[in-house]
Amino acid sequence: MRIRAFALLCAGLLVAASAHAASPVASSSAPWWFWPLALFVCCFAMGVVAVPAGIGGGTLFVPLIGSFFPFHLDFVRGAGLLVALASALSSGPMLLRSGLGSLRLTLPLAVLASASSIVGAMLGLAMPASMVQMLLGGVVLCIVVLMLVAKRCEFPVVERPDALSQSLALHGVFLDGASGRSVHWQVHRTLPGLFTFMGIGVMAGMFGIGAGWANVPVLNLLMGAPLKLAAGTSGVVLSLVDSAAAWVYLHRGAVLPMIAVPSVVGMMLGARIGAKLLHRLPAHVVRRLVLGVLIFAGLRALLKGTGLWP
Amino acid sequence: MAVNAAAAAELREIDSTQSAPQVRYALLLEWGTRIGLFVLVLSFAAYLSGWLPAHVAPDELPQVWSLPVAQYLNQTGAPVGWDWIARLHQGDMLGLAGIAVLAGCSALALLALVPMYAAASDRPFVVLTVLQILVLVAAASGWVTS
Repeated sequence: MRIRAFALLCAGLLVAASAHAASPVASSSAPWWFWPLALFVCCFAMGVVAVPAGIGGGTLFVPLIGSFFPFHLDFVRGAGLLVALASALSSGPMLLRSGLGSLRLTLPLAVLASASSIVGAMLGLAMPASMVQMLLGGVVLCIVVLMLVAKRCEFPVVERPDALSQSLALHGVFLDGASGRSVHWQVHRTLPGLFTFMGIGVMAGMFGIGAGWANVPVLNLLMGAPLKLAAGTSGVVLSLVDSAAAWVYLHRGAVLPMIAVPSVVGMMLGARIGAKLLHRLPAHVVRRLVLGVLIFAGLRALLKGTGLWP
Repeated sequence: MAVNAAAAAELREIDSTQSAPQVRYALLLEWGTRIGLFVLVLSFAAYLSGWLPAHVAPDELPQVWSLPVAQYLNQTGAPVGWDWIARLHQGDMLGLAGIAVLAGCSALALLALVPMYAAASDRPFVVLTVLQILVLVAAASGWVTS
């Protein structure tokens, strides 16, 4: 019941924001503080649901804020990168200390992904906003499909690590809190993994949506990392990838503190509440809610990009 | 109770098995993030309250935040590249310093790892760490985007 009320409140806020943003006199009809305040509330809500839904807040941020707020997509993507960066930096140290994130596994992947994220950011800022909107809509709908069909394997079997993985000593150990036992891990298919991360880097830079949704399946299903290690290492990789892309947006003037700060603070506070509510909220209901929101936001971005729903 | 003690002992063992560079990196990253967020929030408060002057005042932003970035820069004369450094006395520009700390702290933390990997004769990771630093420095310099 509370979740429904919360969902209705968020939906109401988005519709109200959308109506305001669509109005040609939006700038004069709403006081300037309405937007950062609405942004803070929406980001707080996104932070709460992102943790139980198992996706990064950045994945929700760009399609929703880009579709329903009056800010130009250039600034939304800049802020989206900062939201993903701040979240990754905040969780990174804890993940690294517990062994759920591996710096050894991170570095080879992040070198290529961060270099390609610079290219992605430059491409994104050079393309017309309508084209970026359309591509973003397509990517968001692909994320929905990925969330629906991708299988996850908690402890994939890696019988023999490949030569590259062996030469870089890509293995380690972490404590699995659920079973209370230590898990030794190693990876394989390192080269295909490296190339896939290059593509992920381009998307992360171009759309500013973070890339945990893509990192985790690649680490888990392709490279054979245990699921928890894949999720933890994905966060550490993101901190480097988004750092590189964030510089591009900063240098091009596409970062407005008025948009970035309420987003970062709201999302981080919401994520803390979301983590605390993790065991109380019914994860499957939240996941369905988030999938519904993503489908709506993806379609909205697609239609906005094509000019059918400006 | 015995299970908890065993789990705690195992956790201690695992903590000690995380490599020294990983633990050092975590510590430096944690402090970099704290400093960056502190500067970001404090500067934003100064910007909103009017305690610091602004390059673009909060009540003027709604007229320009819906423009593409190139038009926004034209209209406001907002700085690009590192030019904001000269305007740190302005609240909105000080906010960019917080963002620069967040985006830059990984490179500084990685820099501390190079001598550690070198001392362990871990050549592949000396090379990878240096390459990662170079990518971040290239992005931060603005050279690749100019």
